[in-house]
Amino acid sequence: MKIKVIVTLKNGVLDPQGKAIQQTLNGMSFSNVEEIRQGKYFEVSLNENNETKAKAQVEEMCKKLLANLVIEDYKII
Amino acid sequence: MNSSVIIFPGSNCDRDMDVALNKFGFKNKMVWHNDQSIPRSDLIVLPGGFSYGDYLRCGSIASKSKIIRSVIDFANSGGLVLGICNGFQILTETGLLPGILQQNKYLDFICKNVFVKVKDKKNKYFNNIKKDILELHIAHNEGNFFCTEEELKTLEDNNQIAVTYCNSEGLENEDNNPNGAINNIAGIFNKNKNVLGMMPHPERMIDKYLSGEDGSLFFENLLGNLK
Repeated sequence: MKIKVIVTLKNGVLDPQGKAIQQTLNGMSFSNVEEIRQGKYFEVSLNENNETKAKAQVEEMCKKLLANLVIEDYKII
Repeated sequence: MNSSVIIFPGSNCDRDMDVALNKFGFKNKMVWHNDQSIPRSDLIVLPGGFSYGDYLRCGSIASKSKIIRSVIDFANSGGLVLGICNGFQILTETGLLPGILQQNKYLDFICKNVFVKVKDKKNKYFNNIKKDILELHIAHNEGNFFCTEEELKTLEDNNQIAVTYCNSEGLENEDNNPNGAINNIAGIFNKNKNVLGMMPHPERMIDKYLSGEDGSLFFENLLGNLK
């Protein structure tokens, strides 16, 4: 089973990389871009057929490794 | 002969390149990335470094900077454009060169001397260099050249592969491939061979007391062609 996770910076946490990308897009004639926040996307393939169990496991992974909860949020999709 | 070195925020080999170009007789000017135009030049160099902190992908933000339009026009009109290390990454992101530099195969930042084999001498960068194997320096985290099979075939068919990693005897194999680059590729040309991108730094090998002199051969040859 494949579980997908998106990890993003929490609101208010400075994202210099997102800011640089936004400014570059503005300079490329995408002048209406107001903000870019960059995140990470994971595909976790597990040997587990029960979706509830798999998602619970991935949630553990998010808390323990994939995200740093001080500055990041995770979303299992 | 006039040359221009483009400086991006995060470039860090620009001064070394300036020293090297001046040492071998170029009149070099430093050009800021936000300038609109480039002074009259026989050679434009995109130096090594970490432009824009390697944000998004190495070289991607620099490839959209204001000055790049002029660099692309210069290259398309046949001007010599040399991209070293981050400069090579920028050239692939502009589309002047095919492929991309991925993260090194073993995830390490590599900083060491390597040997490269000159694969093509019908160009202004290597034509009168007597040696076939040069000792140069590499320092990068993303030097693992990758391209599609079709692009690789085109590169081979048109003799666009400039230099490959090898040992001191010229043996090109997995053991002598520092970063996992496809077919040991260390540098490539565009079709017309006026644009060269390569990971090794010739500007770091121009003094026998500090490093080595194989970089000197590169600059001397280049200048000889532009005189």
